[in-house]
Amino acid sequence: MSIMKIKNFSFTYPGATAPSLKNINLKIAKNKITALIGPSGCGKSTLLRSMNRIHDLYAGCKYEGKIDLYDEDKKGFKNILNIKKENEFIKLRQQVGMIFQKPTPFPMSIFDNVAYGLRIDGIKNKTELENRVEAALKGSALWKEVSHRLNKSAMGLSGGQQQRLCIARAVAVKPEVLLFDEPTSALDPISTAAIEELIVELKKDVSIAIVTHNMQQASRISDYTAFMYLGDLIEFDETQTIFLNPKEKQTEDYITGRFG
Amino acid sequence: MNRLLLNKIVLGLSVVSALIGLGFLAWILLTLFIKGVSSLHFSLFLNDLVNGGLRNLIIGQLELALLASVVGIPLGMAAGIYIQEYGRGKYANFIRDLSDIMMSAPSIVIGAFVYAIAVKPFGGANGYAGVLALSIMMIPIIINTTDNMLALVPKELREAGIALGASKYKVILDIVIKAAKVGIMTGILLSFARIVGETAPLLFTSETSSYFNMNLSEAMPSLTVSIYNLANEPEQSSRDLAWAASFILTVIVLMINLTGRFITRNKK
Amino acid sequence: MEKIFQKLSLGSASLVLIILLGVFFTLFNAAKPSIDKFGTKFLVDARWNKEVAIDGIKSITTQQQTIEEDEITDEDDDIIDEDDEEIIDEDDTDELDMKNTQTVFGGLVPIVGTLLSTFIALIFALPIAMGIAVFLSEIAPKKLAVPVGIAIELLAAIPSIIFGMWGLYYFAPIVADTFGGYQVSLLTAGLVLAVMILPFMAAITRDSMNTTPDVLKESAYALGATKFEVVKDIIFPYSKTGIIGSIILALGRAMGETMAVAFLIGAIYTIPDKITDPTISIPVAMAVNFGEASGLGESSLFYLGLILFVISFGVISFAKFYFLKKAR
Repeated sequence: MSIMKIKNFSFTYPGATAPSLKNINLKIAKNKITALIGPSGCGKSTLLRSMNRIHDLYAGCKYEGKIDLYDEDKKGFKNILNIKKENEFIKLRQQVGMIFQKPTPFPMSIFDNVAYGLRIDGIKNKTELENRVEAALKGSALWKEVSHRLNKSAMGLSGGQQQRLCIARAVAVKPEVLLFDEPTSALDPISTAAIEELIVELKKDVSIAIVTHNMQQASRISDYTAFMYLGDLIEFDETQTIFLNPKEKQTEDYITGRFG
Repeated sequence: MNRLLLNKIVLGLSVVSALIGLGFLAWILLTLFIKGVSSLHFSLFLNDLVNGGLRNLIIGQLELALLASVVGIPLGMAAGIYIQEYGRGKYANFIRDLSDIMMSAPSIVIGAFVYAIAVKPFGGANGYAGVLALSIMMIPIIINTTDNMLALVPKELREAGIALGASKYKVILDIVIKAAKVGIMTGILLSFARIVGETAPLLFTSETSSYFNMNLSEAMPSLTVSIYNLANEPEQSSRDLAWAASFILTVIVLMINLTGRFITRNKK
Repeated sequence: MEKIFQKLSLGSASLVLIILLGVFFTLFNAAKPSIDKFGTKFLVDARWNKEVAIDGIKSITTQQQTIEEDEITDEDDDIIDEDDEEIIDEDDTDELDMKNTQTVFGGLVPIVGTLLSTFIALIFALPIAMGIAVFLSEIAPKKLAVPVGIAIELLAAIPSIIFGMWGLYYFAPIVADTFGGYQVSLLTAGLVLAVMILPFMAAITRDSMNTTPDVLKESAYALGATKFEVVKDIIFPYSKTGIIGSIILALGRAMGETMAVAFLIGAIYTIPDKITDPTISIPVAMAVNFGEASGLGESSLFYLGLILFVISFGVISFAKFYFLKKAR
């Protein structure tokens, strides 16, 4: 079952003459991990960032096609490219969360960081906040390390801890989809392993799309893989197939390292 | 050989230049210290100018600067936020450039402007005009510092806030400003130090007064304007008072300036 | 809430434009009587507050004779008495035959004073500021560069009026002893102005120099260049525009300096014969005369202010747009 269906999707950056994404057709499966791989400049981050419309922070980008997101309430798909109103954008981002390459702890306490999404959603009840923050931190394997210092600044955490904090923060609002944009490329191997383990754990509650320039990571953790090149989706299939039995020559060349 | 000698000479001259710069600083501070301290006594802080003291002048100057800050800081920060966070292209850049230019504009011209709109039509010197003139001087400086400090905040931080579903103004207030907090604080302190030492904008707006006065609808006592007047008087006692006032003014200005720098240094 | 916040911040930003326009139009409006009366002749007329026989004003086209009432209250030129020279209040307001005279105002002397004092300041400040910048940027080790840099910036933080006090009582006598002439003079004012703009110029120049990529400098050193050569051939050319911009910007600021110059330039409405003679500048003219001026006199002061505003706006904009464009 798909949680998100991307159909004939093209994207052009503001002021650009040619589209960065051309006619992408892709499905994000529910409770599975879908990896987007490809060499630099292939558009994988651009595609990911279209899924929560974060591009719209910067005026002038052009969309074509559809990105349908499954709406639990309406039991049907809604095209998120049609969103125009502020409150709809907010709702979208509460459904589709994002974790960035660089850990982005807010300049506030650990507790306030994780509670941030909950507070702006209007949750004020202290007990509820505490419970949800604890659950989120447990869900990101961070609780043991920070439970005694929830009121200390988040800036005091290590890189790996900060990234797990960002994951906890995103998970706290109970999104349906989580988008990871190269989440471990700024981290050391041990933190990377911890986060990969975490992401695999998370998929039972959320559907995941992850951009990675590390092929091995994609083959380790993902269920589906999409290989992209210069704005085109070259091949999309189960991860096993992509890595062991790719259908396109370009895919095979990339996987085997003929080009990077 | 020749090259090396030339190098040594030029670099030596450069060191000399630095010494000259430092020398002037030391000379001025030393002068202030010697002349100022010798004229200092406690009664200066207890009496108003009419009785040979400086109390009303110090309080008046601080009051004017504080009120100007109350006006200038929110307006300047809001404008700086607009330029950095909301502005798209031409208008924002235009305002940014205008503000930069205004930062270096002659303060006496601002004084003349405020005189024309807030003193002449209202029948004479008043504190509101003085506050207005100082605010006009403060706003571009605050805009500049807010703009620059906000620009240093990485864009990922904003994106992370938006990605959680926060609306833009919440991201700005809760996250971005907080992240730039220390730098902005320094900028505010530095600009306060600057306007508290200004004379020209007050010269014919709020002028000065020998009496204790907190009433903004009249002339307000000003440390800087009074220094100017006192220095022009022939009596030695006036000059001594001017030196004492100069010393106190400089201490105030430099203390605030150094405090502003200190908080940034600490946080780095 | 979001909308309100956006509107508020936009409004605040627009305030800058509003203030700028307000200043310009208010000055223009207040200067208008003087502009109408004297036109562009104002820029080249050296007479200030002079009674002239009506026949004597041949070059001024007047559609109507505006007869000035003789003010019994003198325009007080606050001139600082100092020990050596006694400068006499120059206003003679005798009761002249009201039908045959007019008061004429011309801005040439303050304008020339402003330009000359600024020019003198620039000449003296430039080499020292460049030297300081080179010291801070290339010579001083980190541990020294930071405190020295802060000290230089503190020099910039000292209020203008303090420069006036120190300049008048401590610096001016030395200038007079060294160069002869009056203590309160164009030269003294120019020199103190130089000290005032020094730190500003040095700071901007240093920042420009610091933008030179290390690799560029290293390439030159690797070829065996001396430090001076690297500065001269690599750093200065690279940061050329920033340096020139800093100079012009400092010029713009020096032009508008009021209090220090008021203490030191003498406030005399005559074009100096020698550099060590007293004269006046636009900001000083305004500072010193505004209190008691009225009518055409006040209007002429606004005219001067308008001229100063336009010139400094032009100079600063020029510096900004041609030389100090920051990559955004």
